[in-house]
Amino acid sequence: MSIPFPARSRFLDPQIEMAHGAGGKASRRLVEDLIAPLLLGDSSGPLADAAQVQIGPASVAFTADSFVVHPLRFPGGSIGDLAVNGTANDLAVSGARPHALVVTLIVEAGLPSRELEAEIRAIAQAAARAGVIIAGGDTKVVEHGKADRLYITTAGIGRPLPGAHLSPSRVQPGDKILLSGPIGDHGTTILLARGELDLEADLSSDTRCVFPMVEALLNAAGPCVRWMRDPTRGGVATSLNELARDAHVGILIEEDAVPIRDTVRGACELLGLDPLHIANEGQFLAVVAPDRAQAALEALHQTQGGELAAIIGEVSQQPRATVLSKAAFGGTRVLDMLVGDPLPRIC
Amino acid sequence: MKYVDEFRDPALISNAAAEIRRLSDPRRAYRFMEVCGGHTHAIYRFGLKDFLPENIELVHGPGCPVCVLPMGRIDDALTMTSDPSVIFTAFGDMMRVPGAQGSPLAWKARGSDIRIVYSPADALKLAEKNPDRHVVFFAIGFETTAPSTALTLLRARARGITNFSVFSNHVTIIPAIRAILDSPDMRIDAFLGPGHVSTVIGCRPYEWIARNERRPIVVSGFEPLDILQTIVMLLRQMKDGESKVENQYARVVPWEGNRAALKAMAEVFNLRPYFEWRGMGFISQSALGLRETFAGWDAERRFSIPGVRVTDPKAAQCGEVLKGVLKPAQCKLFGKECTPERPVGALMVSSEGSCAAYYNYEHRKVLAQIEPAAAVRAIA
Repeated sequence: MSIPFPARSRFLDPQIEMAHGAGGKASRRLVEDLIAPLLLGDSSGPLADAAQVQIGPASVAFTADSFVVHPLRFPGGSIGDLAVNGTANDLAVSGARPHALVVTLIVEAGLPSRELEAEIRAIAQAAARAGVIIAGGDTKVVEHGKADRLYITTAGIGRPLPGAHLSPSRVQPGDKILLSGPIGDHGTTILLARGELDLEADLSSDTRCVFPMVEALLNAAGPCVRWMRDPTRGGVATSLNELARDAHVGILIEEDAVPIRDTVRGACELLGLDPLHIANEGQFLAVVAPDRAQAALEALHQTQGGELAAIIGEVSQQPRATVLSKAAFGGTRVLDMLVGDPLPRIC
Repeated sequence: MKYVDEFRDPALISNAAAEIRRLSDPRRAYRFMEVCGGHTHAIYRFGLKDFLPENIELVHGPGCPVCVLPMGRIDDALTMTSDPSVIFTAFGDMMRVPGAQGSPLAWKARGSDIRIVYSPADALKLAEKNPDRHVVFFAIGFETTAPSTALTLLRARARGITNFSVFSNHVTIIPAIRAILDSPDMRIDAFLGPGHVSTVIGCRPYEWIARNERRPIVVSGFEPLDILQTIVMLLRQMKDGESKVENQYARVVPWEGNRAALKAMAEVFNLRPYFEWRGMGFISQSALGLRETFAGWDAERRFSIPGVRVTDPKAAQCGEVLKGVLKPAQCKLFGKECTPERPVGALMVSSEGSCAAYYNYEHRKVLAQIEPAAAVRAIA
């Protein structure tokens, strides 16, 4: 092997804690300081949602995602929906048309067969909706108490769209930041579905395949779309911070331009959470060159699920590697990545 | 969002900011202490310093319950989790606070049964659901949270639930303010009074501050407009040469407080002779322990608590920051050894801690404006 592997890992945390799986700072450290250097070598560069793999003349987008959500079913979806949409979305925001998935199930002994059947059906239906083939898979069963009911891993391949050239390195000061729709629905729904809070709200998860929206955006703005990401764990704040770091730019968002449902705002206000840190499963962020941003926005508005899309901010030269958020009344604050793990096992 | 958006209205906020500029005297400096950590958080979260003239300085007070808890109490608490029959419950805020042997989160990752609850009532429910286990609730907070602990204990007694106990670390706000005023290195012109605490204790307990110490105090709400209006009210008093207690947060805080809550507290708790505060040392009659009649529900009596005393890491200057003598960024560890991710002191953990609030919302903003290149280095 010719990859220069570091002799010692930079990862100094003594043990793995829940925060390492929360999608925020600790997750990033785990991947950048331990996993990526040992598997990809030291010079792997910014990590994308999907890898581009060259097989002979063909270029393929390739990714995997695991799902450990609790509870298995929640308003608007279930672990089966997430398992298909999550992986399809990682391909979509990499500029690829999702093509096929393989599905791995880890089942805890004692899970009622009916519940497993419901999830298999959910996988089949979500795949049909997303237009992806389920090409194969594997099943393992572990002793009762050694897993929590059902975990699912999906791996997927997709075909890169010809007009898509997405990379943090293409992001320029002056570019606009688009958000496809209201944030925080998924995370807040899961939190309420656990029933640990005496709170009720009419809210459901936004889990869906975002490829039709991505395709409409790329058709409208083509190579002027410079970068995309689906803000799952860690939310919009974490995704934008990753972009600011990877692209060495500043980002300024207008807090009032960010679409958030009143129920989500209310629940977050009560619980002291920031909606910008809450996980989404059916939205994505895009950076678009300023002259095509309006056309891109109008195209998104025509898609199902993109009706409330908005331009939420723009890329600036300074302060580098920092995301600032400006409130309607004028106060500015630094918006950091998620730290810690306020909502474990959200997807 | 109703009852929130009204208090973030751009036109009203800009009026309040203009009024602050009009009332403040540019020839002098003002030092106002916001006693409550909730205010500290709101001030940074909403970028309120952007609206204040340079000569008005907001000094962060001791009103962050997680921050004032000495490290030894966390170690004491965590020793209880080595009993496998114990389910240990705490507010989410406590989970990342470092003890000498690691934070509750680290203990949990190693297998201790530690769970987050949103209220002591949830901890009691857990005890009812798990009759073969013993549930300990790690009670922290000022008079804001003490009544709910008291009501939970009254309920536990009424229902005869005996597999439940409370490790009380409740503290009271007035002795802390007195300690600040008695501290020789403190110079505070006026106070933004705590909002949530005052819903319970009312406004009367602050009268000595206005009368004897001649310092204006205005009990304040937590929205941007609340805080700016409070500053307007303080400036008006100072301009008129007055010092009195006023209530800006009258939509929530009754002048006389909440009698039912005070009664429940009196039934369950009594004042400890003294209690250690992080960074401030021992303060007499500043904390609440369980009365003899609730001995059966008192974790300190049921478990053998080692009574650990741990000195804070030498370089950490939590005490000075907590008293408002130093600003967060003036501490030697700030942003280097001590960050919200890897906190050395509790002020860097709680969202109400001034170091965490400053680091999360303000620090990089300031760095970026002074020297962008240095800001990037600090983040990387």
